[in-house]
Amino acid sequence: MRRRSWTPYLYLLPAAVILLAFSIYPLFHAFNMSLHTDWGRPGYRFVGLGNYRHLLVETGEFLHSLGVTVWYAVGTVPITMILSFLIAGLLFQKLRALGLFRTIYFLPYVTSTVAAAMVWRWIFNPSSYGLANTVVRWLGGEPLRWYSESTGVFQLLADNVDVVLPSWAAGPSLALVCVIVFSIWHALGFNVVIFLAGLSAIPREMYEAAEVDGATGIQRTRYITLPLLSPTLFFLFIISTIRSFQTFNQIYVIARQGETWTRGTEHLTMQIYRHYYTSHDLGAATATAVLLFLIILGLTFLQMRMLGRRVHY
Amino acid sequence: MSKRTARKAVSYLILTLGVLVVAFPFFWMLTTSLQTEQETYSSPPTVVPASPQWRNYPDAWRNAAPGSSGEITFATYFRNSFFVALCVTAGVLFTSILAAYAFAFMEFPGKGVLFTILLSTMMIPFEVTLVPNYSTIVALGWYDTFPALIVPWMANVFSIFILRQFFKGIPRDYYEAAQIDGCGDWRFMWQVATPMAAPALATITIFTFLASWNAFLWPLIVTRSPERFVVQVGLAFLTSAESTNTNMVMAASAIVIIPVIVLYLILQRRFIEGVAGTGLKG
Repeated sequence: MRRRSWTPYLYLLPAAVILLAFSIYPLFHAFNMSLHTDWGRPGYRFVGLGNYRHLLVETGEFLHSLGVTVWYAVGTVPITMILSFLIAGLLFQKLRALGLFRTIYFLPYVTSTVAAAMVWRWIFNPSSYGLANTVVRWLGGEPLRWYSESTGVFQLLADNVDVVLPSWAAGPSLALVCVIVFSIWHALGFNVVIFLAGLSAIPREMYEAAEVDGATGIQRTRYITLPLLSPTLFFLFIISTIRSFQTFNQIYVIARQGETWTRGTEHLTMQIYRHYYTSHDLGAATATAVLLFLIILGLTFLQMRMLGRRVHY
Repeated sequence: MSKRTARKAVSYLILTLGVLVVAFPFFWMLTTSLQTEQETYSSPPTVVPASPQWRNYPDAWRNAAPGSSGEITFATYFRNSFFVALCVTAGVLFTSILAAYAFAFMEFPGKGVLFTILLSTMMIPFEVTLVPNYSTIVALGWYDTFPALIVPWMANVFSIFILRQFFKGIPRDYYEAAQIDGCGDWRFMWQVATPMAAPALATITIFTFLASWNAFLWPLIVTRSPERFVVQVGLAFLTSAESTNTNMVMAASAIVIIPVIVLYLILQRRFIEGVAGTGLKG
């Protein structure tokens, strides 16, 4: 054994300093800030859980944004996973142009969300000359307000038969659906590549044996592919859900209306930004952020417990 | 036609349709970027411009910060983004190699606890640190400076983790032989371990650079002067001006997107294998 030395700690020092200062300390600092009002101003004082009460009970802003966030996650994660699973399955049958297809499907993922979202914002332009509205008119419908529409999509459908839905059943706003469409487009390639890697790890012999035993394509998918792919599905599901709770850029770009954003797209991250940017209310911003952190933490543990048992390693 | 051929034909058809949908926004961006202002307002929309307006690109390039004084072009934004991404990547490589080496090759008290703490910091979402980090930056006097864009990102837990896994794959005999020959840790790290980890380092380089290049929210809140804007913030700034027409917005978006696409097409193997390889371990 070598004598005990400080060397290992010196090696850890640079990374530790950065992570302590900009990752661990701010977590505790955020808790502290969320318990104060007017942080950074002369009248600043301790208010206990006052900011939380304000957000959760008095204004209900948090619940509104939580609803938006959950709709966003529900709208993006399953559809992206199902579509990419199908595409990966099709690509996996030794097609000639596999590389080319994979390259194109992955393309949106490397482009910056800000620049790519600009294009989708243009496609969903609410004026009559917008592309989406041209298609709607061509299909015989009325022009829609797209990214500036805060009404839920189910309510918009119900409008046709003059039914007013309760607010919880109105669905995600049309503006949020525009963001969801963008996000599916952007994340598809990432999911396809991960699925392809997972598929190529399944031993070929299993399929050959199943074929000899007369298993149909659906049976092979149900009894071989899905169980053996469960670690991949589990990984993608967790990482996509967590990412959907952290989405900001595309909402900022697509739902922007001058200096404000369509209310129906106020994701929790947008609410943090609004408290910080518009009202400079750091207490409310950090309280929202702490609640978001607790939700993400809870989700991670819940998913590990619920899905962990059903995953075959 | 056999059943297998028919199935393949259907697969090609579906995949080709999918490719068209995925590629369409890029086409729409390019065609709009080459239209006149008049053409962008036409109904039905102009699919192909009557005569491509190539000058939209130099116009968008020069007019990158409408309403601000001084000589701000996209060259300023690109220079800033490149400088920031380069410094962040160099920083991440340096801190990750050192930390990963310590965790992979050295024995020291508290190693297990420190590694657990390190891994659990991965669970801290960026959003929760956003406002406190902003106030740290202000307290340090770094608001609206390059260190604010660079320093907080110079360490990355995921990179340390990937690199440690890679280092652990290097046979222990190498390390012991080097020790016996009097080659210290510092030399072994740079001259043996690091070169052997080249594939992992390449992946970390690409993804750190790309993440830094595409970062938006953090630069948005810590910079104010167009002289310090990175491309993403500059693009959002340009397009938020009322006077900017859509053909300019699309030309500017293309200016931001095209270099990354070119780089991706050159290095696509590394990109895709990087995602497939490290994504699963995460």
